[in-house]
Amino acid sequence: MRNNVYVYILIMAAVTYLIRLAPLILFRKEIKSIYIKSFLYYVPYVTLAVMTFPAILSATENIWSGLTGFIVSLILAYRGQSLFRVAMLACLSVFLVELII
Amino acid sequence: MNNLTYWKNGLKDGIPIALGYFAVSFSFGILAGNYGLSPFQAVFMSATNYTSAGQFAALGLIANSAGYIEMAVAQSIINLRYFLMSCSLSQKIDTDKAFFHRFLLAAGITDEIFAVSVCKKGRLHPFYNYGLMNMAMPGWALGTLAGIVSGSILPERIVSALSIALYAMFIAVIIPPAKGDRILAGIILLSILVSLLFAYIPVINKISLGFKIIILTILIAGGAAFLFPVSGDRDEE
Repeated sequence: MRNNVYVYILIMAAVTYLIRLAPLILFRKEIKSIYIKSFLYYVPYVTLAVMTFPAILSATENIWSGLTGFIVSLILAYRGQSLFRVAMLACLSVFLVELII
Repeated sequence: MNNLTYWKNGLKDGIPIALGYFAVSFSFGILAGNYGLSPFQAVFMSATNYTSAGQFAALGLIANSAGYIEMAVAQSIINLRYFLMSCSLSQKIDTDKAFFHRFLLAAGITDEIFAVSVCKKGRLHPFYNYGLMNMAMPGWALGTLAGIVSGSILPERIVSALSIALYAMFIAVIIPPAKGDRILAGIILLSILVSLLFAYIPVINKISLGFKIIILTILIAGGAAFLFPVSGDRDEE
């Protein structure tokens, strides 16, 4: 390694922090445009759905435990369980399936 | 509610994030060790970055002695999605709160903290996010340390089980509002289907996750905003 690892890390941290900070500083006033407001309203749903699927299927040791965790999460979330319970029971379901398969 | 109550609520909601982080950063720690980083360097990277995709990519870049500018460009591309998330959050932060809060909140805009905080009803209280950050962020750093110091502190089964926590959380965030809202349910379903296509169609499946998230978000959320504009104060219900 020719370059200094710490310089790399500081560059990464600075770039990433600025990306996170810029919109918080630049777009402080409430946006009036209905279109942009609607866009920002939909952003989390699309972003999180895309991040979750299909990645959730390959997150665990095998696809069956991933699929089980996915279905368990869907059912519990649909029934309005808290974040904590959904996450913990999904982990438990993965653990149990992997004991068998 | 006062600041302390908000902070405590944040701590509580941060527990699943912390556990999920631990599992992901545990894998990161192991890999960082394989790439020749010292435990201090790996933990230092985790404690200053909080970006899984960015950090995994950085290991490869460092090992190949990439240029500093190359590192900066790569990180800004991989992490550009935070820009979108930050735009979305910026509108939710209580405008009465002091300006300096925004500098602290910026440090905690990760996929997971964004997911949990953006879907809270009404305005966002900075102390709620501080609670999330205080609980979740140590999980990221500690997982890295555990991973790099010893790849065998946790049995593989436990790591595998914890790996699903973050995804389960994302589901718990997006499903309840979509219940009884056909537009939102349709948008989520469409996102999942297109995401699946992007994962399997040749050539397109070479697109990195960060870019895929940006492209699909702009296309789908942009299209939805055009077709189904949200009237007024839906968010403040």
